[in-house]
Amino acid sequence: MAIYIVKRFFMMIATILIIATLTFFLMHSIPGSPFDEERTSNPTIQANLEKYYKLDQPTHIQYLYYLKAIVTFDFGPSIKKPNESVNTQLARGFPISAELGIVSILVAVLSGITLGTFAALRHNGIIDYGAMTFAVIGISVPNFVLATLLIQQFAVNLQWLPPATWSSPKHMILPTLALATGPTAIIARLTRSSMLEVLTQDYMKMARAKGLSPFRIVFRHALRNALMPIVTIMGTMLAGILTGTFVIERIFAIPGMGKYFVESINNRDYPVIMGSTVFYSAFLVFMLFLVDIVYGFLDPRIKLHRKEGDA
Amino acid sequence: MNEQQLANANALVKERQEEVPSLPKAVMTEKQVGQKHKRQPDYSEKVLAVEDLHVSFKTFGGEVQALRGVSFDLYKGETLAVVGESGCGKSVTANTIMGLIPQPPGRIKSGRILFKNKDLTKLNKAAMRKVQGVDISMIFQDPMTALNPTLKIGEQLTEGLRTHQNVSKAEARKKAVELLEIVGIPNPEERLKQYPHQFSGGMRQRIVIAIALICEPELLIADEPTTALDVTIQAQILELFDEIQARTGVSIILITHDLGVVAKIADRIAVMYAGKVIEIGDKREVFYSPQHPYTKGLLASVPRLDLKEEELQPIDGTPPDLFAPPIGCPFAARCPFAMEVCEKVYPGTTELSETHKVDCWLQDERAKHVFQM
Amino acid sequence: MVSHQPPQAQDDWFKPVAKDAEKAESVVRPSLSYWQDAWRRLRQNKLAMSGLFFLVLLALFAIFAPMLSPHDITTTQYAKQNMPPSSEHWFGTDDKGWDVFTRTWYGARVSLFVGVAAALIDFFIGIIYGGISGYKGGRTDSVMMRIIEVLYGLPHLLVVILLMVIMGSSLTTIIVALTITGWVGMARIVRGQVLQIKNYEFVTASKSFGARTPRIIRRNLLPNTMGPIIVQMTLTVPSAIFAEAFLSFLGLGISAPFASWGVMANDALPVILSGHWWRLFFPAFFISMTMFAFNVLGDGMQDALDPKLRR
Repeated sequence: MAIYIVKRFFMMIATILIIATLTFFLMHSIPGSPFDEERTSNPTIQANLEKYYKLDQPTHIQYLYYLKAIVTFDFGPSIKKPNESVNTQLARGFPISAELGIVSILVAVLSGITLGTFAALRHNGIIDYGAMTFAVIGISVPNFVLATLLIQQFAVNLQWLPPATWSSPKHMILPTLALATGPTAIIARLTRSSMLEVLTQDYMKMARAKGLSPFRIVFRHALRNALMPIVTIMGTMLAGILTGTFVIERIFAIPGMGKYFVESINNRDYPVIMGSTVFYSAFLVFMLFLVDIVYGFLDPRIKLHRKEGDA
Repeated sequence: MNEQQLANANALVKERQEEVPSLPKAVMTEKQVGQKHKRQPDYSEKVLAVEDLHVSFKTFGGEVQALRGVSFDLYKGETLAVVGESGCGKSVTANTIMGLIPQPPGRIKSGRILFKNKDLTKLNKAAMRKVQGVDISMIFQDPMTALNPTLKIGEQLTEGLRTHQNVSKAEARKKAVELLEIVGIPNPEERLKQYPHQFSGGMRQRIVIAIALICEPELLIADEPTTALDVTIQAQILELFDEIQARTGVSIILITHDLGVVAKIADRIAVMYAGKVIEIGDKREVFYSPQHPYTKGLLASVPRLDLKEEELQPIDGTPPDLFAPPIGCPFAARCPFAMEVCEKVYPGTTELSETHKVDCWLQDERAKHVFQM
Repeated sequence: MVSHQPPQAQDDWFKPVAKDAEKAESVVRPSLSYWQDAWRRLRQNKLAMSGLFFLVLLALFAIFAPMLSPHDITTTQYAKQNMPPSSEHWFGTDDKGWDVFTRTWYGARVSLFVGVAAALIDFFIGIIYGGISGYKGGRTDSVMMRIIEVLYGLPHLLVVILLMVIMGSSLTTIIVALTITGWVGMARIVRGQVLQIKNYEFVTASKSFGARTPRIIRRNLLPNTMGPIIVQMTLTVPSAIFAEAFLSFLGLGISAPFASWGVMANDALPVILSGHWWRLFFPAFFISMTMFAFNVLGDGMQDALDPKLRR
């Protein structure tokens, strides 16, 4: 297990480094300086600005500065808002985005697993068809469409819920629904198919042959095995939720990280784009690392698997 | 089979009985020790009576009539082998008795399964759960998949006991250790904390057997218990069955297509074909004077060391499709002795002895002159 | 064998019947080839077939409707701004006075093109990479799989966003960005399939006849791996369409007048509160319906191509 964790850990560091390097050189491959479009006709000011952002240095020196920035977690100042550092923006936006993300993940995981399990247990029944209809629709309707529909219906027409911002639990309902529906649908479908597969296994027949209670059969024998595939897609799920926050925060005018990120894309604010990308990526890769470890604990066979290679 | 083989077989049986390894004395009561070599069925006590059982499955293509009137009895302490080709209804019979037929698509259309004067087909799910694992246990074909990969075997062993009997965790553990010793697993204390993947196939089958025995059932249904195992392990597991039966007096239904296994441990044999029991009898009766042409074919198709290779006779053709079973004898299409009547009417049951029964028109008086036999 | 009345039989029925070998081997159901059988089962799936029908219709409209449309969508028509749906403008007009109906079909072209192109490119790269990795095995395979593992850990949409920022928004950029990250999933599936099948007896048999590698890949491996690959392709299309819409929604889409559905939805976002619902509704509806159609078709194909479900 320890070897497995260490291996995964170095994998994580390598991935982050690759992303960081990729981000840096991609951003530097853009011709011209970020100040070209600004009307800073004065060459002295431009030179000073470039010096401030260390753009006057050769690329490899800049790369070293950049790596140092990542390690020390200091991404320097924003270009469009020079009095604000990238760090300040991240620090302000992250808690809000994290709140939205965590609530959405919880909603998606809990409701998705519940729906999928019931659908599988009542295979070809009404619950199954209902849940799967919901799931296909949930996967098909993009979150930004759903978000606008929800605002239209519950905020504008019915006026039950506030249409925007992030200040009370009431404000959280619509964004969370909009963000969690897609992942819920995916988890429900996966849980269902994996549960159906598990239910046909010999050990399930054996559990029934022992005369165990249906509750024990489902929760102790089936669910744990059925949830293995769910854990493996949690990484992609998290990535989906995270990128989902970009549009959801934009639509609901939530002052999270996603909003700053989208702003920085539209403004071509390179330090913010770079900082955010690296931060997001590192966060995601770290989450994947955690997911891997959780999986290792859930599946007692994991050590065997890895030794045999990917089978 | 000739005299020589019979002698060989008898010698083998004797040898095996003498070879039963000595058991850990600590876990055996005196009574059990005294019983060690006496594995004697008690034909006065009927444990199970299956009567005219019909089971069907609805599928996309139509209704598959998996069982079409299966009847047999089972007595205390005996081993009844159910043999036949794959798809003949052996496993469906086992699963129906065990209450494991998924309904729907499966359905018990008629018939009774009498176990201790209870008709199991009439029990609801909750009542059936009080029978499953307690009175009747099942052993599955593939030990590699029969154990839950994510639970420690200690839990898998004790959960049945803890569900059905009011025992403490410590007591259940003690019993589990005891059983693992009986089925021949070394270091049972430590092994309880391990997961299935840490055991070999033979070891896993031993654990499955231990699980089946933990509530001391009266009936053990073993569905192809040795098919997935290596030949050397097979022999060990069969020995274990014998030993357990001697010790506990449990009745065993052994589902198999391996006649070698049957020869080794069965007392009686039921031959199934296309959802029906076509011949049933004492092991000797079925082995040495098979009456149904299918049984004869089955025995002739087993490779034997004393015969030249050309003498191995496969049965031509395939079993009928159970979507639309033939109205007459299902074997007629493949039978070398088929008569017109065989295709028109299903034969009645002829009782050749108290134990030996066969469903075949060749038993009819009118058929005696048709073939030179 | 319950004792009941002996069955009735006439005496003259007791005579041998002629044996014919065919009768003993008679099979009740006709045998179908794998693809015939899959197609038969797909046809029985009404939902999947309606999805297919919708997609065919959509493709026809996408090809012909813009050609037949009388409306100009290149120059701003101030006289016709934001008109609700009418007999002249079936889906209404937008803030530039452009016919939403016509633009919707231009959007369909973009979305379908992006989806299909991404799926096809993924398919070719995936087949080659996954095929080589799985077929060669050993060291080659482990090196190639390590690369895949690292790439799989990258947050796809973030990489796509980064690439779009750098390369600028155009149709080509979107497709390139989507395939740079998208082929990984396909390669994994192909590799898994090849690994599984290359050990089957019929491949060994081919090898023993002296068949060369390309021939084995073409004749034995490809036909037998196609099922899951086709399903994966079908499911790649909606995710590419979603990704395109998502990028457009973030302001990284292609520019007017050749709008995609995502761009149209994005443009409409600020005005839904003013009641111009048709501007959002139609692109959103078609995005959702197209994704729905591809998803149900993909599900249907998955069921139809799964040999385990063959009855």
